[in-house]
Amino acid sequence: MKTLISKLAITAAAMAMATGLASAELRIGLDTAPYPPFAEVDANGSQTGFEIELGEAVCEAMGETCVWTPTAWDGIIPALTSGKIDAIFASMSITEERQKVINFSDKYYNTPAVLVAPKSSDISEDPASLSGKIVGVQVSTTHANYAEAKFSDTADSIKTYPAFDEHNADLLAGRVDAVVGDSLAFSDFLEANPDFEVKAQLNDDAIFGLGVGVGLRKEDTELLERFNAAIKKVREDGTYDEIASKYFDFNIYGAE
Amino acid sequence: MVWDWLPEYWPRLAEGVWITIQLLVISLAIGTVLSVPLGLVQVTGPRILSWMALSFCTLIRGTPLLIQLWLIYYGLGSLFPGIPGLRESFLWPYLRDAFPYAIFAFSLSVAGYQGEVMRAGFLSVAKGELEAGKAFGMSRWTLLRRIWMPRAFQNVLPTLGNEAILTLKATPLAATITVYDVFGVATIIRQETFRIYEPLLLIAGIYIVITILITLLYRWIENRVPRPA
Amino acid sequence: MDLGFIDLSQLAYSPPGRGALLLAGLAATIQIAAGAYLLGLTIGFFGALGKLYGPKPVKWFLEGYTTIVRAVPELVLILLVFYAGSGLINEVLRSLGQRPIDINALLAGITVLGVVMGAYATEVMRGAIAAIPKGQIEAARAYGMSSAMTLRRIVAPAMMPLAIPGLSNLWLIVLKDTALLAVIGSIELATRTRQAGATTREYLTFYLAALVLYLLLTLVSMYLIKHIERYFRRGLRGANS
Repeated sequence: MKTLISKLAITAAAMAMATGLASAELRIGLDTAPYPPFAEVDANGSQTGFEIELGEAVCEAMGETCVWTPTAWDGIIPALTSGKIDAIFASMSITEERQKVINFSDKYYNTPAVLVAPKSSDISEDPASLSGKIVGVQVSTTHANYAEAKFSDTADSIKTYPAFDEHNADLLAGRVDAVVGDSLAFSDFLEANPDFEVKAQLNDDAIFGLGVGVGLRKEDTELLERFNAAIKKVREDGTYDEIASKYFDFNIYGAE
Repeated sequence: MVWDWLPEYWPRLAEGVWITIQLLVISLAIGTVLSVPLGLVQVTGPRILSWMALSFCTLIRGTPLLIQLWLIYYGLGSLFPGIPGLRESFLWPYLRDAFPYAIFAFSLSVAGYQGEVMRAGFLSVAKGELEAGKAFGMSRWTLLRRIWMPRAFQNVLPTLGNEAILTLKATPLAATITVYDVFGVATIIRQETFRIYEPLLLIAGIYIVITILITLLYRWIENRVPRPA
Repeated sequence: MDLGFIDLSQLAYSPPGRGALLLAGLAATIQIAAGAYLLGLTIGFFGALGKLYGPKPVKWFLEGYTTIVRAVPELVLILLVFYAGSGLINEVLRSLGQRPIDINALLAGITVLGVVMGAYATEVMRGAIAAIPKGQIEAARAYGMSSAMTLRRIVAPAMMPLAIPGLSNLWLIVLKDTALLAVIGSIELATRTRQAGATTREYLTFYLAALVLYLLLTLVSMYLIKHIERYFRRGLRGANS
């Protein structure tokens, strides 16, 4: 009996180490839910999008093999801090709140947030126009923070959804009257649904931060420097512009 | 362990518990009512209805509740733009809010699982009692109302208590469709305070307390209800 | 083929249809369920023995484990085990000076569900073992069989027919609970369905497809279980039902 148990224990430990110990690679966390044009899963099952290509380029510049690790968005920071992933490359805005818990690299793009609603409605960024309406946002985003801060007094309610596409689906279905999100992320949706339009661009540097960056654990200072160096290199040698021009015909980096 | 967030979020947690209780009680009530014909028709009824009831129960018990829930909320929701005049109809307040969808999905789930339980319950009632009732000249409806159904419920009461606990454990799924039960509130707390374990541990404790209360309630009911000798 | 509210062409096997993705998700679901089930059975077996024959502290620990796991919703447990599990392992490794292990997603899902299932399996097996007529075990002892031999030759085979209903039910539960892993982003059928629905906005199509696939899994499982039950009940009364 004792030998049986010890044999089992050794096998289990060996199995765990065998499957686990591929620790030479960097596990990059991204959202499981699609977020075009930044990241989505195509019909072949592979990850595509601006962020994926940029991420691969940054990893190459760092000389690392990166493994894209899909993680639920609402658990992505805990996944980083508990060691399940080594970096977050998921369009996460650099904000003070988040910087209390994790570190960010330099930004790698910056796009404004917008308010989207049916063409026929007269909703604007004025909180008064949202009285009696329901606003949809994705949980744990700067867009959710903005809606909480500015609209929760006048709006009927603010609904938080686990994923970006879900509040869009409810916008289509009429369950929410307006949504707040990233301007580029909406482009697919607006193209497919001409009855909706961008009602306003929302500007608030304090809430939205100054761009998105790579999320890293506080103690991984060396990794942070390497990421910053890699991002700088990718910007300087033209790879960034090459990738960006495939997806966008304007400057997505924002101000320097 | 850091609990400094508790005073601030206390009211929302209380609201969340109330939503959880509502989800539990209403779904159990509707589901139980539906489960009676589902179980009964499999024992007596015409072949066609029995087959339909069996298919329904198999479908519900053979697929994850989460998928059923998402199908009902997002699947039906994707049909809305195609139905003109829907937003002006009287149904709209119910179709707009997420809560009715959760109730609908959970009620069907309870009905599906409990339908099987009720079937076993109806089968388990001693034939002699039913024959005695018929000998007294009871109509089929009276027989059902006075003997068959009460006896069936008596026999399966412990299982019904178990069903209640299982339904409680299903309620967190509602948070994925924007219903803010206590788990949904804990998710909000986790996002806003960046604390991983504390909110989850707290609501785990809350669920344990509610489970104990349900167990005690059903045990009290079992003591009040006379059991066959 | 577009049926109006369902678009069957989206389910085609080759791109741009996403049928292949769903089937890959189905394969992952089966893998996770099988792994979790085996882990659960192992935990359950030793847990049952521990609860019946173990020393007091072991009994208390197991009692706490089974009670808490069975009283707390799976979703909460999955999140707790997911973060606490790797957090703990990595803490231990860090204190030993090792670099944290990257537990891949499949293993994480299996571990999480396995730990949850283990509690239920413990109860099922405990009930089954306790129901074995004491006389059989006493006879084995009288023959001078060691504990290990008694376990292997008498207890395990006698327990199986009694445990099969509970354990087969547990298999069906594990299959369905893999869907909950979608909430932590694990890649299986539910996640793939959600992704496909989100990208194409054909929610109805994909969720109905997922429903059909899960139902197939369940029906095939139930068919196999009937045959397994017949095997373990061979020679027993009522075996040919």
